[in-house]
Amino acid sequence: MSKELQRYLLTRFGQFLLIIFVAVSINFIIPRLLPGDPVQTALARLQTAGGAQNVDIQAVSASYRAKYGLDAPLIEQYFNYWMDLFRLDLGVSFANFPEKVSTMIANALPWSVGLLATATLIAFVTGSLLGARLAWPGAGRGIKTLVPMMMILTSIPFYLLAIILIYFFAVVLRWFPPAGGVDTTRIMRMDWETTADVLNHALLPSLAIILGNIGFWALGMRSQMINVLGEDYITFAEAKGLPQRRIFVWYGMRNALLAQVTALALSLGHVVSGAILVEVIFNYPGLGSLLYVAIRGQDYFVIQGVVLMLIVALAVLLFIVDLIYPLLDPRIRR
Amino acid sequence: MNRFFVSLRRNYEQGRISGILVLGLAILIAVVLFGAIGSLFVDPINATVGAVRPRRPPGGDYFLGTDSQGRDMWTLLIYATPNTLKMGLIAGFIGVGFGTVLGLIAGHFGGVADAIIRVISDALLTVPAIAVLVVIAGNIDRMSTLIMAMVVASLGWMFTTRTVRAQVLSVREKAYVEVARVNGEGPWEILFAEIMPNIMPYIVASFVGTVSGSILAVIGLEALGLGALEEMTLGNTIYWSQQSSAVLRGYWWWWGPPIVVIALIFIGLFLTSVGFDRFANPRLARR
Repeated sequence: MSKELQRYLLTRFGQFLLIIFVAVSINFIIPRLLPGDPVQTALARLQTAGGAQNVDIQAVSASYRAKYGLDAPLIEQYFNYWMDLFRLDLGVSFANFPEKVSTMIANALPWSVGLLATATLIAFVTGSLLGARLAWPGAGRGIKTLVPMMMILTSIPFYLLAIILIYFFAVVLRWFPPAGGVDTTRIMRMDWETTADVLNHALLPSLAIILGNIGFWALGMRSQMINVLGEDYITFAEAKGLPQRRIFVWYGMRNALLAQVTALALSLGHVVSGAILVEVIFNYPGLGSLLYVAIRGQDYFVIQGVVLMLIVALAVLLFIVDLIYPLLDPRIRR
Repeated sequence: MNRFFVSLRRNYEQGRISGILVLGLAILIAVVLFGAIGSLFVDPINATVGAVRPRRPPGGDYFLGTDSQGRDMWTLLIYATPNTLKMGLIAGFIGVGFGTVLGLIAGHFGGVADAIIRVISDALLTVPAIAVLVVIAGNIDRMSTLIMAMVVASLGWMFTTRTVRAQVLSVREKAYVEVARVNGEGPWEILFAEIMPNIMPYIVASFVGTVSGSILAVIGLEALGLGALEEMTLGNTIYWSQQSSAVLRGYWWWWGPPIVVIALIFIGLFLTSVGFDRFANPRLARR
């Protein structure tokens, strides 16, 4: 490993740690900046929201007070907060007392990761291929008409696309289920029927995410390809008489993809934000819906836990993209 | 005024004012006028809960139908559109103002200030905005459109800072800045009198982007039920329609029109920003 690569990886790792540090600190500070006792406020709101009729408020409040040590000095509270995080202890849900927040997140996470990872990957790959094709001078008239359509799809928030998709494909045509992750009566097993059911439910939400993102990748790739195709090495490759296909893929697309990967890293936050709302609209059993239910029920520590989880997951993803980058760009590897 | 039109015409003939820019601005103006002119003809009382007969489809007495709480959708839409635009504009102004100042400082003075600003803005850029905004908005007791705009602006300055910083770095090496320095102008005077006017196009361009991002965030938060629920806004309309399962019950006139208006706003902003890029950067226009 060369000096430059080491330096690159170290800065990226530092950035990764910094994001996590900032996120945890924000999550710690915001509730404490507000006047009043956070536990009291949360419980009072919970009661007005009507989510806690069956819960012994005294017991919940006592357990929180003991655990968070709200009487201790702030710096000690901050230290305890970090210690709890390292033990993956995110507290207990108010609304589903005494279920652990970490268990709730662990149950929801696979749904979100499965939906988002697949949809983003499909959108990225097909969008990039389509964009590259659009930039090629030989692109036909038919494919060119896709550009304005892409622009429209990109500019509409994709959770609104989700509403339109549900209406047409689940309410009017009844081709797909309108909500949920599986049939409510299904017992989860590792067999073909369960898989088919899960896929059937995942199709519409993933379609919303794919449709909403594909234009972004296609337009980005198109403008990158136009830049790359103007470079001298492309002219040189043509002068050498290389086959068009080879120039297109190995000289054009390979270089244009670098900027796409950077854009992927920068837009992941945006994609995740939109996907949260898509999950809410489809009532999909992932982190987004968990967050929504928690907001509705003022379930304070679930909100904090999910938000923290989202930020950390995104930081990890970004770090992975950063690790992949040197494999694509030999200039960093050198 | 005459000079303005002459320069407008020259720009048009040089192909700097593209059809895209004109179309984008036209859509935005149409949306603004819809709210401004519409409010002259409808009575806001019809958009309050229980004012009209609930769940009527479009047609007849109610042009766009009514929702299940007895609000007239047409009236609601006319009052909700300017409110949503207002939040986006306020958040855009705050975000771009803050971002510009930080970008100018980071680019012009460099050193420790630059390092701190760059690290924080890079870190915040990668965080999913809605997650942080949910925590902030969820902790605010009395939400209003102004507070909502400020909450959203708190994460709407990073792109401006990046753009402005990069531009300052290139502009400050130019000869005229050097001349000003030799003439004895102070660092602040150089910054605001020499550098800032020259990067104005980039600031305006990032304003369009920031407004668009702010409206997106506002509608997202409102759709989650974190907005000022008693206000008439497009995001709240989506929220209430979701709460009443309007999609599954087939009340398309409840969620359809707000989606169309939201789509028009975003398409208008998108076209304006693409068109403005070509205006600010004439090399793009030749493509």
